[in-house]
Amino acid sequence: MLIKKPSDIKPSEITPESVFKNRREFMLDGSKLLLGAAATSALPAVANAQNGDSLKARAPAAMRRSPPAAWWANKFQDIKPAPDSEPFFTGESLTPYEDVTIYNNFYEFGMDKSDPATRSGEFKTDPWSVEITGEISKPGTYHLEDILKPVDLEERIYRLRCVEAWSMVIPWIGFPLADLIRQFEPTSKAKFVEFETIIDADTMPGIRSRFAIVSWPYREGLRMDEAMNPLTFIAVGLYGSYLPSQNGAPMRLVVPWKYGFKSIKSIVKINFRETQPNTTWNDLQANEYGFYANVNPAVHHPRWRQDMERRLPQTLFSRRVIETRLFNGYGEHVAHMYDDMDLAQYY
Amino acid sequence: MRKFLKPAVFLLALVPFVLLLIRALQNNLGPDPAQELSIETGEWTLRFLLITLALTPLRDFTGRSEFVRQRRMLGLFALFYATVHLLAWMTFILGFRWFAIVEELVERPYITVGFTSYLILFALGATSPKAMVRKLGKNWKRLHRFVYLASILGVLHLLWILRTDIGEAVLYGSIVFVLLGYRIARKLNTKKSVLS
Repeated sequence: MLIKKPSDIKPSEITPESVFKNRREFMLDGSKLLLGAAATSALPAVANAQNGDSLKARAPAAMRRSPPAAWWANKFQDIKPAPDSEPFFTGESLTPYEDVTIYNNFYEFGMDKSDPATRSGEFKTDPWSVEITGEISKPGTYHLEDILKPVDLEERIYRLRCVEAWSMVIPWIGFPLADLIRQFEPTSKAKFVEFETIIDADTMPGIRSRFAIVSWPYREGLRMDEAMNPLTFIAVGLYGSYLPSQNGAPMRLVVPWKYGFKSIKSIVKINFRETQPNTTWNDLQANEYGFYANVNPAVHHPRWRQDMERRLPQTLFSRRVIETRLFNGYGEHVAHMYDDMDLAQYY
Repeated sequence: MRKFLKPAVFLLALVPFVLLLIRALQNNLGPDPAQELSIETGEWTLRFLLITLALTPLRDFTGRSEFVRQRRMLGLFALFYATVHLLAWMTFILGFRWFAIVEELVERPYITVGFTSYLILFALGATSPKAMVRKLGKNWKRLHRFVYLASILGVLHLLWILRTDIGEAVLYGSIVFVLLGYRIARKLNTKKSVLS
């Protein structure tokens, strides 16, 4: 029986030791700029930004990921910066790049928060195809390059609220899911959109665990109006650069008014259907994880209270515990979709 | 040589705590130190519980009484780490909000189980001094057998927390199973030889 060991990390993926050892100071320097200006609307970009660069946030040069293929360079050339107002922007301080990229729930790579970063060295994000199927006019398998061809990338700064009661503020690079959906012309029968993550036992060590009680691949779904909502976002980048594997490269969903597990990573299938799809967490524990999973401080999860959240990063001595807001503070733009629904019943 | 054993074991048992403290002061517990601290102290509680349970079998296999002589101290270390774990949760996760703490204890089964385990360990710790051994007499041994229940509840607490991969709980659970099984087998054997 061939049991592959978690592979060695590629040298290009390794953070230089000097950067790693001084990361708190390093991040503090960069984030001081961001934190200091957080109260006002425009955040100055971190030092490594190029001239004339008006993106609100940039990854530190030593840590940013290079895209795996040449065609990405053109897409990242012209990114529309985030505006100065909600909902595509928030004045709250950003979670530093290092924290966003070493603290992840991506169980296909392992159960620890640092596993996705340390055990995704072999994960390949190029070439990448997405199977787009179901109630649409042009079902088929499409190369990521072709899916992104008609699309212009923009920067959005969203809050991400995990069901485990912690949250981050992340500057994503991507485009509205609605733009992708319109490309494929769904019929009137398309009431729900279903997504699937890639499974590759060779490069995703968590999948090889004999004690996993979850059945892969990871699946998620949205109602059609949720999918078409202007806030729903497909992210292909982070802090102005290509998305790291641990954050769901090369393409992931970001649904900021729902708990983080709805924001499915590394998408390989998008299916348009008439009926509500099964989702992985709901299959695992229906009494804990619902289909809607809207952030709601009034509906406690059987495991965690949801009235407060820990905004990361924090230290033990200066904790940032904030009150959770209904719909993660995006209610103005999404609440109307749930007007006639009992949110305690449809959790 | 012998008289340095206890202090040496004491210092060794403190090492995980000291390392955690250093990491906490250096802000080296990751972006969510409250969670990291809770997880680490919980794991060390289980480990010390298992180490304590392993001492009698070790004595039986090696014939060395030094193992059993560390039992009270290592059991108290399990209580120590459990206390830090409980305090970390109350302070850094729940911010000492008492209504929240009570609600959590009552409404989340995995916390109820964990807290029950803690209460048992606390009772065992409180009755660990030699004076208590004398005072309780035969009942002392009966009371301290509850350490097995505390260990099982500890593993259950962990199992309930793990959501998609139960490997860690299976590992700890297997060790508890073996250590408990050893005790049961030994008891049955003694009964047999007494009867025969």
